Amino acid sequence: MSAVGRALYRHPTDLAVEGCLNAIADAGLTRDDIDGAAAFHIEGSAGVVEMIDTLGLKVDWFADLSIGPSQISAIFEAIMAVETGRARHVIVFHSSCEGTVRTTLGKGGSMPGSASATPERVSGMPEWWLPFGAPSAGNHIAMYAQRHMHLYGTTREQMAQIPIVQRRNAGLYDKSIYNTPLTMEDYLNARMITEPFCLFDCDIPIDFCTAIVISSTDATSGLRRPPLAVEATSHALKSRPSWDQFDDLSTMVLRDVGLDLWKHTDLTPGDVDVAGVYDGFTFITMAWLEALGFCGKGESGAFIEGGQRISLDGELPINTNGGQLSSGRMHGWGYLPEVCLQLWGDGGARQVPNGPEVGVVASGGGVFAGAMLVTRS
Amino acid sequence: MSTVPGPMRIPPLLTELNTDFWTGGLEGELRIQRCTHCATYHHPPTSVCRNCLRGGLTAQAVSGTATVMAFTINHHQWSPTATTEPYVIAIVELPEQDGLRITTNIVNCDVRDVHIDMPVRVVFEPLADVALPLFEPDR
Repeated sequence: MSAVGRALYRHPTDLAVEGCLNAIADAGLTRDDIDGAAAFHIEGSAGVVEMIDTLGLKVDWFADLSIGPSQISAIFEAIMAVETGRARHVIVFHSSCEGTVRTTLGKGGSMPGSASATPERVSGMPEWWLPFGAPSAGNHIAMYAQRHMHLYGTTREQMAQIPIVQRRNAGLYDKSIYNTPLTMEDYLNARMITEPFCLFDCDIPIDFCTAIVISSTDATSGLRRPPLAVEATSHALKSRPSWDQFDDLSTMVLRDVGLDLWKHTDLTPGDVDVAGVYDGFTFITMAWLEALGFCGKGESGAFIEGGQRISLDGELPINTNGGQLSSGRMHGWGYLPEVCLQLWGDGGARQVPNGPEVGVVASGGGVFAGAMLVTRS
Repeated sequence: MSTVPGPMRIPPLLTELNTDFWTGGLEGELRIQRCTHCATYHHPPTSVCRNCLRGGLTAQAVSGTATVMAFTINHHQWSPTATTEPYVIAIVELPEQDGLRITTNIVNCDVRDVHIDMPVRVVFEPLADVALPLFEPDR
């Protein structure tokens, strides 16, 4: 990982160089060991080609991926690349200067969740919401949350446990953005953004680079850290990838991924010791908890009530470094590194007790979703 | 044109596929694309019928009534020129077909009066060269 901050005023390529070199060194490798590269490349981030050139990599395989099926698709592609023998050590990364762009352009200067300027006319998927004053994914996720509350009696006090618990975790993490304790009173008195979401239900744009080395199983001897195994991945999509035409407006396409993931493993939800679950908006995390089978449909409110179950010493610790709500919007790229640290036992003050062995990483909300299981091999 | 600032609204780029939907309101009609072969409605408009995979899709006026499936009261001012007053963004379902929905705004009522399962009907608001289909309570 590179430096992380609300507005670092650094070029995303510069952040990506720092993040990639840190990851390669952390793995006990050198630049010359890397024979593959993949990036999640959107506005305000570094592409794979410029990184290959900047770092002087000589690669047998590389890929530059946009958003889809999920933000972490580049990681899944890299896994397939090493599994099919196309490369031995793939550096995968995502950098962003979204924090700086949004700070510099000011309110309304760029679209929420993006580092590109606000357009004059709109086409593609946003055509169906930007004419209606709904520029943020948060507007849509808020509608799903509202329907969930209507159908299942879910409350804001239940939802509040996600930012409250994660803020406590962030207080134990040196790279968090917000680390002062958050109380229920703070949450309930906070400015509303788009009901039922208040300020603390929404993540925060930042600058960063996350980088990870994906190695083939026969290339792991001599690495600095014990290798972790990818047990299963899923990007399944069996329903309409649409924000408003999806068949069930109290969940999202992540429902399909949650179902499919377990078809590729003998593990069950009860085996998971630590979870990195997308939290761009709180309700997405709740929908993932249901989709992944940690609780039944409609039961996520009761599941997180009181916060104990999802705390560091609970039965399913989630987003142990504060997640995107407290440690910044990494577009889904903060979860895998944190779950890996936990499985290695390197979580420091925020380490999940009793030696966690199985972690789940789930990224995406709305029409994007991907999930993976990682284990101590 | 109202001088009171409304929500941040960015007009759509008109194309062959979407013009009927966005401009039907200039003639007072909510027009939804429909397959001439199997009669399936489609929104957003598409180049081939998702049901029977044939072309020959045409826009057709629908009743203009709908039901609120999900909504949010937006408070955040997304642009410096937008309203600071709360407004309602909603997903409404049309009675013509199960699951046929439009993302829109609910207008002409107190934001606190909007609820899931609320019956609504279309009203059109001009924006640039289009007419936005918004919905109001169907009393």
